[in-house]
Amino acid sequence: MALLLLLAIPLVGSFALAVFGARRWAAELNAGFSVATFAAACALTARVIAEGPLLVAHEQFFVDPFNVFLIALTAFVGMTTSLFSRPYMRVEEAHGRVNRRRLRLYHSMYQLFCFTMLAALSTNNLGILWVAMEAATLSTVLLVSLYRTAASIEAAWKYFILCGVGIAQALFGTILLYFAAEKILGAEGSTALLWTHLDAVKGQLEPTVLGLAFVFLLVGYGTKAGLAPLHNWLPDAHAEGPTPISAVLSGLLLNVALYAVVRCKILVDGATHSPFAGHLMMGFGLLSVVLSAFFLWRQRDVKRLFGYSSIEHMGIITFAFGMGGPIANFAALLHMTVHSLTKSAIFFTVGHAAQKAGTQVMDDIRGLIAVSPTIGWGLMLGTLAILGVPPFGVFTSEFLVLVTAMREHAWATPILLLALALAFAAIFRRVQAMVFGDSQLKPLPHSPALLPVFAHLLLVLMLGVYIPPALAEWYRLAAKLIG
Amino acid sequence: MPAPTWASQLINLGAALLLLSSFAMLSQRRILSLVNLFALQGAVLYVSTAIVAHTSGATHLYASALLSLILKVIVLPWILHRLIARLNVRWDTETQLNIPATMLVGIVIVVFAFALAQPIAQLSATVTRSTLGIALAVVLLSFLMMITRRKAVSQVIGFLAMENGLFFAATSATYGMPMVVELGVALDVLVGTLILGVFFFQIREQFDSLDLHHIERLRED
Repeated sequence: MALLLLLAIPLVGSFALAVFGARRWAAELNAGFSVATFAAACALTARVIAEGPLLVAHEQFFVDPFNVFLIALTAFVGMTTSLFSRPYMRVEEAHGRVNRRRLRLYHSMYQLFCFTMLAALSTNNLGILWVAMEAATLSTVLLVSLYRTAASIEAAWKYFILCGVGIAQALFGTILLYFAAEKILGAEGSTALLWTHLDAVKGQLEPTVLGLAFVFLLVGYGTKAGLAPLHNWLPDAHAEGPTPISAVLSGLLLNVALYAVVRCKILVDGATHSPFAGHLMMGFGLLSVVLSAFFLWRQRDVKRLFGYSSIEHMGIITFAFGMGGPIANFAALLHMTVHSLTKSAIFFTVGHAAQKAGTQVMDDIRGLIAVSPTIGWGLMLGTLAILGVPPFGVFTSEFLVLVTAMREHAWATPILLLALALAFAAIFRRVQAMVFGDSQLKPLPHSPALLPVFAHLLLVLMLGVYIPPALAEWYRLAAKLIG
Repeated sequence: MPAPTWASQLINLGAALLLLSSFAMLSQRRILSLVNLFALQGAVLYVSTAIVAHTSGATHLYASALLSLILKVIVLPWILHRLIARLNVRWDTETQLNIPATMLVGIVIVVFAFALAQPIAQLSATVTRSTLGIALAVVLLSFLMMITRRKAVSQVIGFLAMENGLFFAATSATYGMPMVVELGVALDVLVGTLILGVFFFQIREQFDSLDLHHIERLRED
């Protein structure tokens, strides 16, 4: 029931906003749907914690500790972003960058995007997972080009083509997976793409086919998660789209894509009995971390800067999942949570900062703290958090990843540390200059919603200092599940 | 499985036609012909899926054959034709790599695809297993086409041709995916094409051209 509500609310919301999206109160309606979705996610989470995994609708939907935590996170960030987007988009409208008709598209697609992500997370069918991931691209591609500037159209085109090609590889991987599974499970009744059934027989699946399938799946979904070398779309899409979309792309979509990779990895590991899949993920992860650390130095646009930072963090998470084992998986799950919370908080503050300055070029944004202490401090604290300064949660997860790497793959530790240090220096020098100093920034016509920023940062701080036992237990269960 | 030999012969013929049309697309610079070639691929796909459905007795394959007939032979080419007429694009400009060189790269790709598919094809029990290599080759050739072309329309046709190859892989290796998945994939492709249509107009409005080298400003500086 909770699951049905969880999926129905954003879908209905999308249709409702397609009709009413141009009204004055559309932003409130959008936020209302997102709050309701979060309530449904809470109900679902409570149920899964109390009664264990949920398998419903002819086994088409499956919720276990691994994905329920992502569902709760997705619904939460979806909600706070919709709250942030209300004043933000009003300011954009006042600045004449969007009109009512585009706002209708924006609101409707925002809800549809939430729906596709929740569907991708809760489905048990790997084919539907693919369909939902593709639908997530399609629903956001017109949002990236919402401002209709030359740069935004270019970014959206790149996003569409690169993700389209990537996801086509993932479809080929899914076909290969089905091909291997069909021999064991049979094509009749079409259970051969259901993850729970595949998981039950994963030891019997043909290892060569699964190995090849995983290469395609990793490249495909990895493109969507922003892993190098197919990461080019990510900074463009983040920089040119409206800021709330950058926040949900970075905070949520990348997580969902990684979730798809990890689900497949569980099956492949069971079939190949070798660390092949893990090694592949470690390689891609490390490459992403190193490449993005260098690219961070060359950025001039603040949203591109944090886009590259997302690539770096996705690299760390992929690396951690690649190492496997209870501690690395625990760290990866924790890192997914804290990255998603911190990065969306940063985008919220960056969005308002760019509105005040009238530009996203970092050299032209100066002295945020003098004009608006909350935005300035929000950005500073968020940046410190994402850079892994204790006591924020990112420190905890990065520390765990490094410790595990030191024990199991010592060669990778110096590379990781060096990349992290490079990234720290690159981002910190930029943000410091933006936050402090003299300023000629102007006030905004609508007061910004900064509650989400501090709510996110507070949660990240809490996760760094104290993880509630129930939550820790939940992470442990999920980590064990991933293996 | 003792399948009728005429059927497997016909499917092999279809696979050969598919591969041939991929090469034809690689060499073709007239956009209208590209669309027609794409429609031809769709027709080949329809016929071969129907034959697989007939020999294997998998009824849901008839539905997916019908789906590909409607979508890939009628709807998508119609949309593309209308777009081309409205946007008035006829020729692709010079490709990134000249055409003979592209064809040579294409041949290497086909060999690579066959080598990759060999161990898997031996595991397949379906009548059509020998075609898996061709399906993979079609996917990779379409990929090559997307890389070498400059016009937005030809990139999109490459994208759709890639989907054809994937569809062919699904039928040839496994007798098709479950129906719900196929419907979802078809829906995504259709919506994707519509969005691209919207895009073309946005690109045109901004750049006065569908030539993609005008929109290469977001580089790493």
